[in-house]
Amino acid sequence: MTTISTTIAPPRPITPRVSPLEGLRQTMTLAWRTLVQVRHNPWELGDFSIQPIMFVLLFTYVFGGAIAGSTGAYLTFALPGIIVMNMLFVTMYVGTGLNTDLTKGVFDRLRSLPIARWAPLAGRISADLVKQAWSIFLLLGVGMILGFRIGTNMAALLAAIALILLFALSFSWVSVLVGVIAKDPEKVQIFGFTALFPVTFVSNVFVQTETMPGWLQPIVKANPVSILADAARGLMVGGPVATPVMQTLLWAALIAVVFAPLAVARFKRRV
Amino acid sequence: MSQLDRLAGSAHAIEVEGLVKRFGDTTALAGVDLAVRPGSVLGLLGPNGAGKTTAVRVLATLITPDAGRAKVGGYDVVREAHQVRQLIGLTGQYASVDDTLTGTENLVLIGRLLGIPRAAAKARARELLDAFALSEAAGRATKTYSGGMRRRLDLAASLVGHPQLLYLDEPTTGLDPRGRAELWELIRGLVADGVTVLLTTQYLNEADSLADDIVVIDHGKVIATGTPAELKAKIGARTLEVRPADEVDVRTVVAVVGELANVTPEVEGGLVTAPVADPELLPIVVRRLDDAGVVVAELALRTSSLEEVFLTLTGHPADEVAEEGITA
Repeated sequence: MTTISTTIAPPRPITPRVSPLEGLRQTMTLAWRTLVQVRHNPWELGDFSIQPIMFVLLFTYVFGGAIAGSTGAYLTFALPGIIVMNMLFVTMYVGTGLNTDLTKGVFDRLRSLPIARWAPLAGRISADLVKQAWSIFLLLGVGMILGFRIGTNMAALLAAIALILLFALSFSWVSVLVGVIAKDPEKVQIFGFTALFPVTFVSNVFVQTETMPGWLQPIVKANPVSILADAARGLMVGGPVATPVMQTLLWAALIAVVFAPLAVARFKRRV
Repeated sequence: MSQLDRLAGSAHAIEVEGLVKRFGDTTALAGVDLAVRPGSVLGLLGPNGAGKTTAVRVLATLITPDAGRAKVGGYDVVREAHQVRQLIGLTGQYASVDDTLTGTENLVLIGRLLGIPRAAAKARARELLDAFALSEAAGRATKTYSGGMRRRLDLAASLVGHPQLLYLDEPTTGLDPRGRAELWELIRGLVADGVTVLLTTQYLNEADSLADDIVVIDHGKVIATGTPAELKAKIGARTLEVRPADEVDVRTVVAVVGELANVTPEVEGGLVTAPVADPELLPIVVRRLDDAGVVVAELALRTSSLEEVFLTLTGHPADEVAEEGITA
């Protein structure tokens, strides 16, 4: 073993605080780290790539004919909703990743470094947005190959993507809260599936609200997943836009206002 | 004020006064005082649950104390936490590397977070991986590493930023004797470079072989302090065990050992044990027992276990060791 000139370099100047710019750079570094993890864990890539494609194929070809009369018509109806549903599942990676860092001690190492206190969380959420964008483009691409067509224009499509990403940003706080509360990463996954499946299926993502029993319809209509799916449909395919977009923005704000302080409070208690 | 002025202003790299930390009903630290001289190694010795890790976490700015104050490099750990973080490196059970990244990526990540430019961060990673015999595994995900390799990478990770103070929280717990010896060598090298080290350990011989000063803590309180030599003189760092071939001779053995070690030996099932400070005692004991015509079946001088040290210092066994094992 060679000698270790590992310590005691000329002392760096001690700074009193982290500048916002440094914090931003640290956030980018931590986001990079989360994305490099994907390279070493191809299963995760499969999770947010193959799984949504499976959903598109299954629903289009197995149920599409029965639900909408033809697979093409069904794809036009369902794809924007499937993109929304997939977005909700992908947000769970924020929680699982955060929980892994907390339980394995990585978080303590990060917190012992002279970096912005908010950088680790912001890094996770930024990385999540990259994964989200990737999933959306993948689903759109697969949809186009299968016959999905944008019925509006480029600006409307970009607005739809921005709206979905914004909602993801807000919903990440739910994931952060679960990630902080849960004992281990598996529990975050279990919560994600048990809570998100009913929420996404009791919506108009896969079938029109009018086909459901009367007592269920008010719930489906009030479900933010339905509202966001409507907004995405309006912006991608055509149809009413103003009301669902406004309501989506309100829901996103509401979720952030409720869950961000809760998550931060629990987070401070845990670390 | 420059860093040097600050250090000159206080004689200690770490100063802790009356530190208290409670978790619910549990008092982890019940008023701990510590002082670590610059460039020295302080061994914080105690069983599981004694409060060692809590103390390190306070000094690493990971948790805030309920009472008392702590200064690291002249900076307050609560009010000047960011400054403290620029001076320290943390290695231990609670500060880990990322399993899913490679050795290189882990070190580059930390370098980048510390503001080192990409190329320099990579060079630094290579330098540390070389020094810690991890070059061959540099491109492999850390989850494939052996326990010893992981600890070495943990240690390397805490050194990326050239820390002036290094906290090593039970760095060798769970390692086999070879891994432990390797890590000790590395730590000695760091100390030779002039870094100040706070080392927590459950092993008396580890503190003995690495530390300049030892602080023994139990139930969140300091119960003994001193250099290894002083403590050994006080508690008898070695334990002498004698088992006569004939149980009839136990009384003679007790008399001889008791007189030479200047303590009242313990007797259990024909085995006489006594703490001794001076290893030179062994040949004298052998000669005296021989003179007395006692045939010895078993004779050993071994390093006292932490259990025995605690018994000597507190009069009660270190029960947490038995309860919690070495998992924490």
